[in-house]
Amino acid sequence: MPADFLSNLYVFILAAFVGFEVIKRVSPLLHTPLMSLTNALDAIVVVAAIVIAGRHETRLTTVLGAIAVAASFSNMVGGFLITDRMLRMFKSPRSKQS
Amino acid sequence: MNAAALRQYLDFAYIAAVVLFILALKFLSSPKNARWGVMAGEIGAALAVVATLLDPEVAHYQWVLIPLIIGAGAGIPLGLVRMTAVPQRTALSHAFGALSAAMIGVAEYYVATAPLPRFAMGEIALEVIIGSLTFTGSLIAAGKLQELLPQRPIVYRGQNFVSLGVLAAALALAVALVLNPARAALFPIMVVVALIFGVLLVTPIGGADMPTVISLLNSYAGFSAALLGFVLDSKVLVVAGALDGSSGFILSVIMCKAMNRSFANVMFGAFGQVQASAAAGQEQRPVRSATAEEAGAILEAAGSVVIVPGYGMAVAQAQHKVRELYDVLAKKGVKVYFAIHPVAGRMPGHMNVLLAEAGIPYERLIEMDEINGDMPQTDVALVVGANDVTNPAARTDQASPIYGMPIIDVDKAHTVMVIKRSLNPGFAGIDNPLYYLDQTLMLFGDAKQFVGAIVRELGGGH
Repeated sequence: MPADFLSNLYVFILAAFVGFEVIKRVSPLLHTPLMSLTNALDAIVVVAAIVIAGRHETRLTTVLGAIAVAASFSNMVGGFLITDRMLRMFKSPRSKQS
Repeated sequence: MNAAALRQYLDFAYIAAVVLFILALKFLSSPKNARWGVMAGEIGAALAVVATLLDPEVAHYQWVLIPLIIGAGAGIPLGLVRMTAVPQRTALSHAFGALSAAMIGVAEYYVATAPLPRFAMGEIALEVIIGSLTFTGSLIAAGKLQELLPQRPIVYRGQNFVSLGVLAAALALAVALVLNPARAALFPIMVVVALIFGVLLVTPIGGADMPTVISLLNSYAGFSAALLGFVLDSKVLVVAGALDGSSGFILSVIMCKAMNRSFANVMFGAFGQVQASAAAGQEQRPVRSATAEEAGAILEAAGSVVIVPGYGMAVAQAQHKVRELYDVLAKKGVKVYFAIHPVAGRMPGHMNVLLAEAGIPYERLIEMDEINGDMPQTDVALVVGANDVTNPAARTDQASPIYGMPIIDVDKAHTVMVIKRSLNPGFAGIDNPLYYLDQTLMLFGDAKQFVGAIVRELGGGH
């Protein structure tokens, strides 16, 4: 078993607990924006895709990496955009309509 | 500065990104500050992306920048879709996320020049299987939500055996690869089998179960990204994937509880198939119906009104007319609230987003558990396009397939009005005894037109 597996497992377990505690407190009102925001955060796999594509080792891996860059970056851009659009709509009656 | 030193500095950008991601989710705990969450997430993501572009390993920029531009070009229209299209957009983004996680895993497999060590082979195989099945499963879900595919569950005899057999085949191929990582020919076969399993997994699931399925796919997409973090030894992926995965998992649990069903039952139960024939054979029972004029008079005379929206409101695009009704009733001094069932619509929170889009203040949107206590003191419950989530058989009829599901107790209100196209049983094919109660008035028609007609009777709207 490689040593980095164990350290990643520690990180994973701690992050899952943090996620559980934080997300439990998200109002059900905002469950749809929650899903689109976590989707945008998950699109951080784009950093791995950039490395694969930018290393340009073989044609196959470069093409796979480039597709992954496009797919995950569209999630990142689209995810943040739609989350913000949704959250802007949630108004309380006391706040003035924009 | 040499490459190793630079990479250490870049790691700080990833750590900052992780902190900002957690803060982003924390800001979502109240609608007031939620937009700060988007800001925090954006800054974190931008830091991580810029740091990666500075990584000396990334030398061939044309292979990176062009896909980034294409990605942004696809992402902007996907961020600007109409609110009624949000469920299918979300399913599509799960598909994209899973696709990129799977492709990176596949690329990582082919980058290796010598056969991988067994442990690394196992990690990659598992990551690629989950990513691939989530990709095709999410595409099928998006197709159903966009109504490119039938929303009905598509079932055949022995389906579960076939599906589980295909999954077992994918796992067997993974085990074979771990036992002998040199058998490279098995790898693409495993990917294809996992892609097929994703199709088989979601095809039999009906539209009414989409809130759970979309949450589960969310969770799979997150966990495949976390596994990718293990494969690549990238902590930022492990954390982001764990956050996304646990978020999807929590939402799936909430959705299952709101339907009183287990994961296994959602995935393999083909809900909504069994009852259709039984309901069709039922004899006609008398119902009372009313016109828009009568409905308007009853609403106007009421002290308190609870509106119960469902998927039918989204289909009919009736949320703006509902807002007009809310405005005209509020002006006449009627207290109006909205009762939101957790699984109303096609994804978690679907109704809240549509009503917020229409401009209804979020304090008026009340969760099921909170509003049920007030239902006996409510003068009028107006059901707009909801069906199963108001079905009193869930409380009383042990033979009903939805028995035990928590519902909004509209039948306890003094008067119930249900806007519905016809008496045909709803999506799940389950007859609703609510329609035959003495205090129930059926308002037959299209939700948007009927609410519009009531608004005109009350002298509101444009």
